[in-house]
Amino acid sequence: MINIEKREEFDIEINGTVGKPFVDSAKFSARNVDVFYGDEQAIFDANIDIGKNQIIAMIGPSGCGKSTFLRCLNRMNDTIQGCHMRGEITLDGEDIYHKQQDPVLLRARVGMVFQKPNPFPKSIYDNVAYGAKLHGLAASKIELDELVEKSLIRAGLFKEVKDSLHKPGTGLSGGQQQRLCIARTIAIDPEVILMDEPTSALDPIATAVIEELMIDLSKKYTIAIVTHSMQQAARVSQRTAYFHMGQLVEVNDTNTVFTNPEHQLTENYITGRFG
Amino acid sequence: MIKNTEKIKIKLQKRYAKERRFKLYGISAIVISIAFLLSLLVNISVTGLPAFQQTYVKIDINIDSELLNLNHQYSEQELFRADYSQVIKQSLKDFFPGVEGRKQKRALRQLVSKSAAYQLRDLVIAKPHVINTRQSLWVLARDDVDVFMKGGIDRSLPESDRRLKDFQLVWVDKLLAENRLEKRFNIGFFTEGDSREPEQAGIKGAMVGSLLTMLVTMLLSFPIGVSAAIYLEEFAPKNNKWVDLIEININNLAAVPSIVFGLLGLAVFIGLFGVPRSVPLIGGLVLTLMTLPTIIITSRAALKAVPPSIREAALGLGASRVQTTFHHVVPAAMPGILTGTIIGMAQALGETAPLLMIGMVAFVADVPQGITDPSTVLPVQIYLWSDSPERAFTERTSAAIMVLLGFLIVMNFLAVIMRKKFEKKW
Repeated sequence: MINIEKREEFDIEINGTVGKPFVDSAKFSARNVDVFYGDEQAIFDANIDIGKNQIIAMIGPSGCGKSTFLRCLNRMNDTIQGCHMRGEITLDGEDIYHKQQDPVLLRARVGMVFQKPNPFPKSIYDNVAYGAKLHGLAASKIELDELVEKSLIRAGLFKEVKDSLHKPGTGLSGGQQQRLCIARTIAIDPEVILMDEPTSALDPIATAVIEELMIDLSKKYTIAIVTHSMQQAARVSQRTAYFHMGQLVEVNDTNTVFTNPEHQLTENYITGRFG
Repeated sequence: MIKNTEKIKIKLQKRYAKERRFKLYGISAIVISIAFLLSLLVNISVTGLPAFQQTYVKIDINIDSELLNLNHQYSEQELFRADYSQVIKQSLKDFFPGVEGRKQKRALRQLVSKSAAYQLRDLVIAKPHVINTRQSLWVLARDDVDVFMKGGIDRSLPESDRRLKDFQLVWVDKLLAENRLEKRFNIGFFTEGDSREPEQAGIKGAMVGSLLTMLVTMLLSFPIGVSAAIYLEEFAPKNNKWVDLIEININNLAAVPSIVFGLLGLAVFIGLFGVPRSVPLIGGLVLTLMTLPTIIITSRAALKAVPPSIREAALGLGASRVQTTFHHVVPAAMPGILTGTIIGMAQALGETAPLLMIGMVAFVADVPQGITDPSTVLPVQIYLWSDSPERAFTERTSAAIMVLLGFLIVMNFLAVIMRKKFEKKW
């Protein structure tokens, strides 16, 4: 049976973002952000703050623009042909799309973990050491060894791989690979970590490990996570943003969003009526 | 009403029959190709293998200083200039007394190769004390004798149809009876350059020429082709008119007949830039033009096959595009790039047509010492020999083909090894 109710979503109007999109201690501030892929607009006038040392979850149905928005935050979209944005995104008050802003430097400050674990086809050690070597963060081999160990410990992977540091990173299980990617990201000590559905390719146990890791990391880093799992958003995040067809519908404390959503679309989504 | 399973069953027979038919087509295609390949290889081996043996004849030489026209100083210069062919002629006359007439005398001289005189000269220069002694020397037999020894001349044919006439056969029989004719491994084939005399002709000049030409081609086409591929694939703007135009033209170049590249090389490199003709340098330049499209196309395919997640991972860590490309994408694509390069090189190694245009078809007896020495290459050598009237060149043609095939097999083997070495699991 086809649920005719699902079609309702097209009739509900979105008039700007409801809830509390802005916070006092913002790490990222996005104002009037429009993103286009060629002629097609993917994000319409998004306004949102991402608070310092917080986890913000971005949820919404497929194709709603949440990943696109996430990838604006470290200018990964620059690498996509025909993608351009309008509006302003600031990191600690600096415009990251300013002409003088170097995207390479930005990505060293804003790390990213991807949907599919993508370790380099190199050893575990080289995977973690790569960023540090790239940016010259370690002065000596000993320092580098320490950095690799520290990063693996913080990613909760060290115990499992300490005897096989020089084996290929691609030989690990999916969950371990994703933690390796997190270790690789935190090795360059970014200020923000962006996670694009980091657990969608993992089983529940590996997911739980990564979620714990996220909560632990949020003490030091600002984390923005895109997820399809509402439970995950509810478990790990302090704030939640709901995207719908390129529009930022609602932003609020995670509790409020899941218990008392302001917008009809948000309610429909979290109650599983569509999406 | 017929059930669904019944409907499916009816069709199932047909589906399986189709599958069996297709398998049969495939197998017969493979069998036919193998049969052709085998008959080619067998044919070439049967014709070419005798070339790896050469007939030698033992002659007793009275190294007479008077005949050599020497005074008693024996200076090296004098020894070098002495008339050794006279001595050899005399020793043959001694061995076959009673040879009359100009025609027979000339035929007698032609029992042994002209190289016998050089062989004797080298011996005398190395050991001057052999002068005025009698020496037994194994020297190269003339190509006609060699062909006869390998069964290429039929005695039962009428005399006028034979290269060896009746009186010559009598001589050969006499030599055979005294065990003065012997087939030995043909070292000269691998250590000598080309010659007008089949028994002296070797393949070293062509091998070295091919090697030098390939070296030039490799050194030019690999870096140029791979950098062009990397730029087009990783850095050039997508959906750009100019990039599309370049891409179409590269694809077109891959289909241009190779002789056109030869004409281009003749006009541009020789005509405009004055590169000497007939040398490995110009051969390498022309073959580079021919190989570039192959290398660019295969390298681009290899780069395209690298998963984009690897690029994202590196970019996400703050690597620049150049770093992303050279730290991750190119190493991952290396097996494919190398395979493409070696395929291109193998193609260039077997190429003849463009080289004819730039004068590499010239007869060159010397082994080239560098990339600016006149030389020939293996396929051109094969072409030259196949064009020669002497019967003994037939087997040398096939033997040269075997050497060329050997080169190609070695190159393909290298390609497999390199691919294995660089291959990484994802």
